[in-house]
Amino acid sequence: MSVAARWRIGIVVAFVALLELVTRMAWINPVSFIPPSAMAASAWNLLVSGQYTTDILQTLGTALLAVLLAAVFGFIGGVMLFRLPRLRRVLDPLLLSYYAVPVFVLYPILIVLFGLNRWPLVGIGFIFAVVAMAVNTLNGLERVPRVMLRTARVCRMSTFEEIRLITLPASLPYVFTGIKLTVVYAFIAVVAGEFVLSGSGFGYQIAFAYNAFDNPTMYGLMLLMLVFVGTLNGLLRAAETRLYRRIRREAV
Amino acid sequence: MSAFARKNARMSVVPDQSSRTEGERIEARLTDVTRIYPGSGGKPPFHALGPVSLELRAGEFFSVVGPSGCGKSTLLDVLAGLNPASGGKVECEGREVGRQVPDGVAVVFQEDASFPWLNVFDNAAFAARRAGVPDSEVRERVEHALSFMGLKAFANAYPAQLSGGMRQRVCIARAMVVRPRLLLLDEPFGALDQQTRLLMGDETLKLWRDTGATVMLITHSIDEAVLLSDRIGVMSACPGRFIATIETNWPRMRDSQIATDTRFGELTAQVWGLLRAEALKALGSQT
Repeated sequence: MSVAARWRIGIVVAFVALLELVTRMAWINPVSFIPPSAMAASAWNLLVSGQYTTDILQTLGTALLAVLLAAVFGFIGGVMLFRLPRLRRVLDPLLLSYYAVPVFVLYPILIVLFGLNRWPLVGIGFIFAVVAMAVNTLNGLERVPRVMLRTARVCRMSTFEEIRLITLPASLPYVFTGIKLTVVYAFIAVVAGEFVLSGSGFGYQIAFAYNAFDNPTMYGLMLLMLVFVGTLNGLLRAAETRLYRRIRREAV
Repeated sequence: MSAFARKNARMSVVPDQSSRTEGERIEARLTDVTRIYPGSGGKPPFHALGPVSLELRAGEFFSVVGPSGCGKSTLLDVLAGLNPASGGKVECEGREVGRQVPDGVAVVFQEDASFPWLNVFDNAAFAARRAGVPDSEVRERVEHALSFMGLKAFANAYPAQLSGGMRQRVCIARAMVVRPRLLLLDEPFGALDQQTRLLMGDETLKLWRDTGATVMLITHSIDEAVLLSDRIGVMSACPGRFIATIETNWPRMRDSQIATDTRFGELTAQVWGLLRAEALKALGSQT
């Protein structure tokens, strides 16, 4: 383990220990902020009780659906922007300013359109994530070295072969970054949407516990969510490292 | 004379050419070739090349030297079918070159064209597999090419683990594995240091003798051109034309040791004498 990684773990442990100390000593109000050990105990109880399993699975399912749609359509969009420079000249400023717009204002409209069910959440996750995927795909396609495309021509490859054997593998690291962002954005949007207005799900249950002054449940669910998203991110990072170990040129 | 008669008259010349000695068989021929990029957005058209005429004799090592930006690489691209000529005629093995790379042609570029997602073996095998060479044959050829290029121990390594010079050798091995009849080298050693370049030059000579291919090397290095070539084509500043072709008369068995030969100095001086004024012109047009 590197020195930086040890320090990182050390800082997190120290921070949690500090929180434990200040809440146990009642330096901050232990009713509004419960000790981390109590959070962990609550999270474990919530998980084994099975009370929230449906909500957790529902949120995961909704977010993954949004990820899938955003990844597929974002990829297609990126390829189209790359292949159609005119379309790109038209859309470029819009794409650049996309994340300056608070897309959550669209959520009520989606509820009106789809009704109060899973689909407005999938929609808001999709809308929030799809542009990141498209922009990263476009970026990846643009960075395929010209000399590789020339090599494809020397090998007399068809357009389809060129895409399959050269363009795709060469742009894979960027496409993967797009997928990683898509996961993060979709989760943020779905949980936030549930928080604002929905009848079930992870975010809804946190908001419900908050409104009911049920702090142990609220903190327990928050911790569970942190663990879920953290694990997902860790898995993606591990996959990315495997990918990069081969592809990145400078590092060995 | 009718058009038909003219055609027949021209055709009657063909047997004469084929009856020439083996050393004079023509691998590729360029006749009054130009490349002019059409202007766009109010900019005038850009005349990048020519007119140039050139005959590459089968089996010879031909180098093209010229000032930077004179259209050397454009010449190679036009010959390889990577860039269409604006005028004139490009032929390879008697067939006109259009927008497709002709059969039996391999190209090594200046930039690193190794694929980072494939290991050295698969990189070297790539072009031959695309060309439909059977697997067992590909394996044999790749093994030969890798040991020839000193890469045998790195067959399972990825390009990220290799130095720049080794990656360029991977690209040369890839070209070698397709057994080209015409090998086009576009400043393949341009990004390497001087010592590596000299050694790579020797490797290239060995490769040239080993395969019997016709080689055309584009280079900005006069030394490299003189060391390696049977003939050197000297190009003018942009738009590039051939201002002279110099025969070196080196023996076929040769390596970088000939740099100690007095004739090496004479030839270098001769090429530089021709190039100096053109290089100055090119320098002036850039400022």
